[in-house]
Amino acid sequence: MKLITAIVKPFKVGDVRDALSGLGVRGLTVSDVQGYGRQGGHTEVYRGAEYKIDFVPKIRMEVLVADAAAAGVIEAIVTAAQTGKIGDGKVWVQNIEEVVRVRTGERGVDAI
Amino acid sequence: MHLALTSAPVDTGDTAWMIVCTALVLLMTPGLALFYAGMVRSKHALGMIMQNFVTIAIVTVTWVVVGYSLAFDRDAAGGLIGGLHLVGLTHAEIAVPGFNLTFPPLAFVMFQMMFAIVTAALISGASADRMRFAAFVTFIAIWSVVVYAPLAHWAWSPEGWLAKAGLLDFAGGTVVEICSGASALALALVIGPRRGWPREIMAPHNLPLTMLGAGLLWFGWIGFNAGSALSAGHLAANAALATHLSGVGGMIGWLLLEKRITGKATTLGAASGAVAGLVAITPAAGFVSPLPALLLGCIAGAAALLAIRLKFRFRYDDSLDVVAVHYVGGVIGILFIGFFAAAAVNPNVAHQGLLLGGGLTQLARQGLGVLAASAFAFTASYAIAWALRATMGLRVSPEQEAEGLDSSQHAETAYELTSSSSLGRIS
Repeated sequence: MKLITAIVKPFKVGDVRDALSGLGVRGLTVSDVQGYGRQGGHTEVYRGAEYKIDFVPKIRMEVLVADAAAAGVIEAIVTAAQTGKIGDGKVWVQNIEEVVRVRTGERGVDAI
Repeated sequence: MHLALTSAPVDTGDTAWMIVCTALVLLMTPGLALFYAGMVRSKHALGMIMQNFVTIAIVTVTWVVVGYSLAFDRDAAGGLIGGLHLVGLTHAEIAVPGFNLTFPPLAFVMFQMMFAIVTAALISGASADRMRFAAFVTFIAIWSVVVYAPLAHWAWSPEGWLAKAGLLDFAGGTVVEICSGASALALALVIGPRRGWPREIMAPHNLPLTMLGAGLLWFGWIGFNAGSALSAGHLAANAALATHLSGVGGMIGWLLLEKRITGKATTLGAASGAVAGLVAITPAAGFVSPLPALLLGCIAGAAALLAIRLKFRFRYDDSLDVVAVHYVGGVIGILFIGFFAAAAVNPNVAHQGLLLGGGLTQLARQGLGVLAASAFAFTASYAIAWALRATMGLRVSPEQEAEGLDSSQHAETAYELTSSSSLGRIS
């Protein structure tokens, strides 16, 4: 099993979700995060004083998939989240030892 | 000067107007609380609101006990301070010495009380995010008696020395704006900058709150200035329209300059400019005609924006720009009277403004008012703040400052925005 984590632009979350639903992905977790990559921050002006804001708001999406599905899911996320401009985000993948569904106690791929 | 010991017959219209204006001015302090709270970081929002709300309670008490008497009783010492005849509001219902009011004197007591409250509350913007609650309460209680009441006597009691010297201050360019601004500078210098200022970002956390506060201030300011006519008639109408026009001018002046300097017109700029315009017209609303007020507002809005640079140059953390908006705006408004005072607007104008052919007489008197109010408010406030720092201490600890005033001073949180933040149990 794999845990796929994607950092994407907030306005792309809907597109990614739709793409994953199309692949049969049954669930995912999202959270509001802030960070910086090559995009850096931006400038805000309050009462004439300019502030450099270092951290940019992003959404972190986490989805658990069976090994065989990972490549397709990564491809779908990248396609859906891409604008071609700096700041589109990152996707990374980790191996997962075990997954348990709390309600039923199912384990492994059955719990995904 | 002969002082009237009894009031004129009560006019029901004037009475109703003054009580309505009193309520309008009362609303300015909660409005100021929101205006300020939106500009601080979220962990200090309740601390800021609380300082403003508690000022209503503190200054109401000091005003009825002694402040009103020191300000408006018959003079006790060379135009510097009122007597103690009205302490605890004794005799206060009979007459206001020197005024020939057409409404009950108790309405005057309360109307003026609201001015004392909001003037004190304004200072809280300079010491935002780092002052101990107990120290703020103590500072304001002393300040309202030692600084505000005497200055109100100087400028507004007919026996006050500045009033006798011919200063024209309709609704508080010296007593409210210069006074709060100079006191704010003193407090900012004594308490020192916020930790991390000016290197760290301390951006406003909720500008919609600030805009709501600015709207409430604007609304209340109509009562502040038009109520200072102390009657419901032509003068009140002139003051109301001049006030609004100057607020509008302030917004325009700030936004035009800001757009030119930074490339963007900001919402905080719109609110700040409007307030700067309202500040500037405060002393002048009942002495100049409405159209010059539009010009005054434009000047004050642009000047306030430029004046914000002073704190970075001279390294004083006047956190919410009380000096740039209120002190600078107040000085501009007071001096503007020297150029545009019109006898047609107010028969109390003995010397018309310079641009209306009255020469330099009134301008010189206004300049004296600026110097006297600035020097007194700054020096006295500095002394109070210094004494409190040496005794009870002004600042929260570095840990409390990092934690935020909301939690460290009041054991509360302004915003519960996530489900995990409300997972605690009753202990």
